[in-house]
Amino acid sequence: MIRGFAITWAHRDQMLDGLINTVWLSLSAAALAFALGCALAAALMSRARPMAISARYLVDTMRCVPFLLFAYLVYYGLPSFGIRFTSWMAGLVALTLYNAAYMAELLRAAWTALPRELIEAGHAFGFAGFSLFRRIVLPPVILAAIPMIGNQLIQIIKDSAFLTIITVPELTHQASSIQATYFVPFAAFVTAVLLYWGLCMVVEAAVAGVGRMAEARR
Amino acid sequence: MSLLDFLAILQGAGATVGLSLSGIALGVPLGLALALARWGRVPIVAPIVATYVSVMRATPAVTLALLIFFALPNAGIEMDPVPTAILTLTLNTAAFNCEIWRAALLDFPRDQFDASVAFGMGSRLRFLRIILPQIARGCLPALVNEMSLLIKASPAVAVLGIVDATRAAVRVGAETYRPLPPLLVALVIYAIIVAVFIVAQRSFERNRSAAAASPAPLAATA
Repeated sequence: MIRGFAITWAHRDQMLDGLINTVWLSLSAAALAFALGCALAAALMSRARPMAISARYLVDTMRCVPFLLFAYLVYYGLPSFGIRFTSWMAGLVALTLYNAAYMAELLRAAWTALPRELIEAGHAFGFAGFSLFRRIVLPPVILAAIPMIGNQLIQIIKDSAFLTIITVPELTHQASSIQATYFVPFAAFVTAVLLYWGLCMVVEAAVAGVGRMAEARR
Repeated sequence: MSLLDFLAILQGAGATVGLSLSGIALGVPLGLALALARWGRVPIVAPIVATYVSVMRATPAVTLALLIFFALPNAGIEMDPVPTAILTLTLNTAAFNCEIWRAALLDFPRDQFDASVAFGMGSRLRFLRIILPQIARGCLPALVNEMSLLIKASPAVAVLGIVDATRAAVRVGAETYRPLPPLLVALVIYAIIVAVFIVAQRSFERNRSAAAASPAPLAATA
């Protein structure tokens, strides 16, 4: 077992590559999914019925599908329409679109809990449409949704492990390749698990920190 | 896509449902046991459970499946893919179920607890007759939610070579050179499976609120 960890340590650059890929993929997917989720949440809350209903169908469908199946749809299905991605890009696109639906749903939940007076006051001050959304609705919604966004980020990190199956060189993939070359399954995968654990700890600490900051601003 | 291909995906869906149900059947009680260990502050066990939950919450199902499948034979335990898959899903969902059960246990009203002590109930009877029925009902929505998350995590067992709904769809796509139709069929199948869970939970809740609305038999004797 010690030998296994020594071999994994000797190939730490490979593990580190995987970790960086996982972090980079997850963070960019989270940022993009968040932006897209804001737009989708606005569509869900829209008073234009057809828009709200089609957004609802989109979000509900996404929430029924396993991430791996969706990643396959992007990686194998989209080329049927002439859209081709490298595995890395396919992974990023799949992570982004998939999680945008979840982000939209949790932003919508925070939005429905928003007191009516706040929006009415915004109207009274002459805010309407996009400026109302950006200046009055979005800030308190985001502050209220921070813990859930943090949970979703952890979910994104975990989902990114599925991308090993479409050969994205993320953390699990690198651990797999070290184990396949040197047959050190325990050390390689335990190292990967501990790195995932560390990542989630960092996310949780960051969420707590941002939450405190938001509390202080209120 | 022929009828045979469709049946192949359906067979994969059978594997998905079977593995997920096994994971649920083992993971829900295991989660309860873990939650009780933490709730009762069992020495040594409670901190281990806390660490286990924290690590599991962060571990992707794919990584866990690979770890179990490749590392256990090293420790002299040979396991076939199917038991490995069930073990993976169980260990994964048990951690989340533990947190659900624990939240309900921590929320349990103190006065009811004290009342059952005053009636001279032993801890076993108290748990089975007073605590469990109430927290089980309260936990149901969260447990069902976790079940649907488990179903969505279940394609992870594909790395063990098990042909579940997702893998079956990809195979059909690879054989027919038209990947889109089988993947969309699989998508519909997953939507149906998740919907069945949600509908079952809703009808259970409706029955419960109907039962709560009817007058309690005790009131008549007063």
